[in-house]
Amino acid sequence: MQETTANQVAANATSSFTEHLQRERPGLMPLGLMPLGLMPLGFMPPGHMPYGQVPAAAQTAAGALQVPHGTTIVALTYAGGVLMAGDRRATMGNVIASRHIEKVFPADQYSVLGIAGTAGIALDITRLFQVELEHYEKIEGTLLSLDGKANRLGAMIRGNLPMAMQGLAVVPLFAGFDRPAGLGRLFSYDVTGGRYEEQEHHTVGSGSMFARGALKKLWRPNLSEQDAVAVAVEALYDAADDDSATGGPDPVRQLWPVVYIVNRSGAVRVPERELAAVAGTIIESRAVAQREA
Amino acid sequence: MTQQFYVSPEQLMKDRADFARKGIARGRSVVVISCRDGIALVAENPSPSLHKIGEIYDKIAFAAVGKYNEFESLRQAGVRYADVRGYSYDREDVTARGLASVYAQSLGAVFTAEQKPFEVELAVAEVGPAPDADHLYRLTFDGSIADENGFIVMGGQADKVSGAVAAGWHSELDFAGAIKLALAGLVADKETTTLPASAVEVAVLDRGSESARGIRRAFRRLEDSDIVALLAEEN
Repeated sequence: MQETTANQVAANATSSFTEHLQRERPGLMPLGLMPLGLMPLGFMPPGHMPYGQVPAAAQTAAGALQVPHGTTIVALTYAGGVLMAGDRRATMGNVIASRHIEKVFPADQYSVLGIAGTAGIALDITRLFQVELEHYEKIEGTLLSLDGKANRLGAMIRGNLPMAMQGLAVVPLFAGFDRPAGLGRLFSYDVTGGRYEEQEHHTVGSGSMFARGALKKLWRPNLSEQDAVAVAVEALYDAADDDSATGGPDPVRQLWPVVYIVNRSGAVRVPERELAAVAGTIIESRAVAQREA
Repeated sequence: MTQQFYVSPEQLMKDRADFARKGIARGRSVVVISCRDGIALVAENPSPSLHKIGEIYDKIAFAAVGKYNEFESLRQAGVRYADVRGYSYDREDVTARGLASVYAQSLGAVFTAEQKPFEVELAVAEVGPAPDADHLYRLTFDGSIADENGFIVMGGQADKVSGAVAAGWHSELDFAGAIKLALAGLVADKETTTLPASAVEVAVLDRGSESARGIRRAFRRLEDSDIVALLAEEN
């Protein structure tokens, strides 16, 4: 009796908010991470469909499902840490779903994440991930290690695999400052939750190829903070130039990319004013050059 | 066959309350003070890692005296309650009042239904935009809940400490003043006149965390060096 009580206490002790939510309030989990029984029927992953019951929503090709998708995120290391930037567009098929969406978020004091893919699920996963990190910090009284955070995010993305197979994939990019090692680190993921540490710079989303090409030419080791911001904004400019789903800087509406810097003192958002100046300089230099491509 | 003795409900509850009070009286004191800069939480606690004071949510902190395993499980339950509530509604929908009432219910249930009551006393503090919007709740082992004004003192020597704190408290204190006052209160029942920084645990709920530092989470734990620096400040 004594032992079973002790075992029970140990089994119930968790520092993970996700585990707690799964146990106590599974209906609040992001779509892909919900237990099968609670998922809306149309979203049942292939192979789990009850026999002889094929709901209408499942017959539609999931690719044709019209939900907003987030697009390009770039991240790069610089002398003091790491930087992440995202454009402001979400698309739904050929329509612009949002010009204002923000896709780069602080995960906690020393890390940020950017999301590409199905916006609704990605925003839910982001919110869960933010609470997960804060919850661990409060329960344990200490911050999770950067690798620990990266692994937790991987587990959440892996949980979303059934959704990804239906065309509702979420692909994040994670960056943080590793305080014991004293450097900024970057992690990319695939839809199965595979976690890959990236060197120098990385991009995700529909415009990622173009942004990556730009970064290959613009990035240099030990960039200063200001130069790093300019490089990131220019890479997004190039992505927006060739990818219709990526939004460029918008001087008419005064919309600029969302840029976060993470260094030894924490994660801070680059102010709009600064970004307006950086974007203005890029647009001006391109206009002066009078080049077509 | 053995006959069970009749014990009146009054006697049963009195025995349980006495038992809990005895447990709490053995503990060292905790002082929670609302002041101009926010809310200061000061506990006499020589351990740097087994905390009596903890963060629950953006503006809410927790302080406890009594048995560590019991109040630690309540603290974790509080963090879970607040995080689930903030996740399912919104961050601003998490209030000290809601949390305190959940604590009161669980303490009350344990007091009447379990083999033994929890030997703990809790304080739940929420910092508001102005001192008169601060909330301080005191929760006792039987689930009683009290809305306190200005400050809370809990623990074995609460009466003596409380007297010392009440004599010096006013709403215009800053953090340095409030922490000095709390420390002066904590030594009221001792022969020494000062407590070293290593013998106390200090945390604050910073009223200006959002305006001054841009941080939503108001809770901040002070290191020994911070405490020494604060105490060295001249008022």
